[in-house]
Amino acid sequence: MAEWAAVVGIGQTRYKTRRSDVSIAGLLREAVDRALADAGVGFDDIDAVVIGKAPDMFEGVIMPESYLADALGASGKPMLRVHTAGSVGGSTAIVAASHVQSGTFKRVLTVTYEKQSESNAMWALSTPQPFSVHLNAGAGGYFAPIIREYIRRANAPEGVGIRVAVKDRRHGARNPLAHLQLPDITEQEVRDSMMLWDPLRFLEACPSSDGACAMVIAAADSISGNKPPAWIRGVAMRSEPTMYAGRDEVSPQAGRDCATDVYAQAGITDPRRDFDCAEVYVPFSWYEPMWLENLGFASPGEGWKLTLDGATSLDDGGDIPWNCSGGVLSSNPIGASGMIRFAEAARQVRGDAGAHQVENARLALGHAYGGGAQFFSMWVVGADKN
Amino acid sequence: MRDIAVVAFSQSACVADIGAVNEVELIMPQLQAVYAQVGLSSAQDVDFVCSGSCDYLQGAAFAFVAGVDALGAVPPLKESHVEMDAAWALYEAVLKIRTGHADSALLYGFGKSSPGELPAVLSQRLDPYYLAPLWLDTVSLAALQARMLLDSGSITESDMAAVVSRSRQNAQANPLAQLAGDIGVAALLQDDYLLAPLRRGDCAPVSDGAAAMIIATVEQARRWGVPYARLTGIDQRIESHNPCMRDLTDSVSTRQAAAAAGVHEAALDVAEIYAPFSHQEIILTRALGLDEAIAVNPSGGVLAGNLMMASGLARVGEVFQRIVNGDARRGVAHATSGPCLQHNLVAVLEGA
Repeated sequence: MAEWAAVVGIGQTRYKTRRSDVSIAGLLREAVDRALADAGVGFDDIDAVVIGKAPDMFEGVIMPESYLADALGASGKPMLRVHTAGSVGGSTAIVAASHVQSGTFKRVLTVTYEKQSESNAMWALSTPQPFSVHLNAGAGGYFAPIIREYIRRANAPEGVGIRVAVKDRRHGARNPLAHLQLPDITEQEVRDSMMLWDPLRFLEACPSSDGACAMVIAAADSISGNKPPAWIRGVAMRSEPTMYAGRDEVSPQAGRDCATDVYAQAGITDPRRDFDCAEVYVPFSWYEPMWLENLGFASPGEGWKLTLDGATSLDDGGDIPWNCSGGVLSSNPIGASGMIRFAEAARQVRGDAGAHQVENARLALGHAYGGGAQFFSMWVVGADKN
Repeated sequence: MRDIAVVAFSQSACVADIGAVNEVELIMPQLQAVYAQVGLSSAQDVDFVCSGSCDYLQGAAFAFVAGVDALGAVPPLKESHVEMDAAWALYEAVLKIRTGHADSALLYGFGKSSPGELPAVLSQRLDPYYLAPLWLDTVSLAALQARMLLDSGSITESDMAAVVSRSRQNAQANPLAQLAGDIGVAALLQDDYLLAPLRRGDCAPVSDGAAAMIIATVEQARRWGVPYARLTGIDQRIESHNPCMRDLTDSVSTRQAAAAAGVHEAALDVAEIYAPFSHQEIILTRALGLDEAIAVNPSGGVLAGNLMMASGLARVGEVFQRIVNGDARRGVAHATSGPCLQHNLVAVLEGA
């Protein structure tokens, strides 16, 4: 019943620790101007604007769509601000797609961002609350015990996270937009970096980045630009509570259900075989093997073997490269990180991923998660409609 | 496009300070109420959930995450959230249903504004470089807007007081209202200015509370066998942020949204307008092209109680209730967001 929609324009900023040379609006405009140029359209061709970002406290600007309306050419148009925690970049793309898939609009501009240097994410995530236990851990401290449980269950050897940390940074070195440029990184260097939250070392964690990512999503009769469109073959979101009795925090049911849903829409039966590549939200190294299992690329307890075999590595010629752009481990403007996954999946099937292109990529997965690994958003994009 | 209906609505009483009640406790009674109206047992019985809230009201990142605890999201739900009034969650859900990915949706909005100083908190919504550093609060901005309107000669302070008087009188029939009473224009004009030309009565009170709604395709509403109102139009438009860059005595985005939502394609008999300041109701009534015969804010509107992040959704709910009760046949609901009516949503509801 849904109308066909496709990504016809993608624009990203260079990701950096601190973009003190631009305002928040200026940062977004860099990505937006590039996405519009990529789509060969101007603001007048855009019917609606959908923005997303992580908590407003990360920059200290409340409900920033108000302030950003002018810079995003939204005046006189519908505008929406999505916020679903760390999965927001993916959710925003899905909500933007629904503007077109619903048959309501022909061409939508969507943009997500974080200017982390404006504030301190660790502080923003740790404000004491009147009715709950104060957790001053940040994301790494929150996820480390869950990772330890994964290692215990899967009986995984200790070097898997280190392997992911090196692999994604080498991928990132192929991507000129990536925040971390570490082409010569070694496993020893990762092993020697400071232990932050056992088993996560400094170099096994994502950086803190400023940046924005934008896309133009268009209906089948409104395709524009010089590059092929990336057809949106499936979209899905799932949420579950942070805590409940019997919750599997290592392989959350919300993630499994979300994958099942999006695969069914896109006709995926064996994700490792059917996809040419995937951009998956891996902010801490060990989440690659964990998500390989959660997303059905490997059987339970087997994800780490794919990582160690090089199956997910572009450099090792793996059969299912993950995070060829360098992933969240190479760039993490939080609110944009999910959309970067979705956009990078689209770049691959458009054949427009430059030095990190997977040869002949036709079908790709974009994935994002957030909160206590409880909010999931995913899409499947293809070079063909089916 | 698929025909969509509103099938259930509930909102809490508007209270100045709900005390030691957390967000989940604010939301749950409203969810239970809308489930009961349709005969559902939980959020598992709808296809999609979308909510609206604002982190800064409670002073914590991810305020909406606690909201998920009110849903019973086991097994996991298809769920989304806007950092906006829940009227925009309704907008997202309408698009979702139109895609065919859902036949029904649960919406809720909640806000606990009492812990902070709301007008000052919302000053940090302004342009962070040129306006927010001035700590230009929402009441001051609205006062500037009211002054422009008075100076233009298009309204008087008596007109503003008449809006407040009617709100208080209408609210006497609304048990959920925070401010109600029989008070005339002359008495209101006796009050001192809070921030000239605004008196306290010209400003919506600060309220804690929540609201919830269920919508569905008309086919699903019929299967459920509950009274419903058809949502025949919904549109929302934003305009320039800078108060100096637009005509504050008009609401262009409301006019655009009203035209796109088809407000005047047939006669109206009720309007619920989100006007947090008395003079804004006059601006909006004019922008919506409402004549004297149309009952405006029979609930008392937000001048009688303002649930931040839920008031916009509640305007839609008020019109829905009047239609299913047989008090109205066709009505318009309006929601606003941003300083001085920057962003406006208009919905049209009709009897089945």
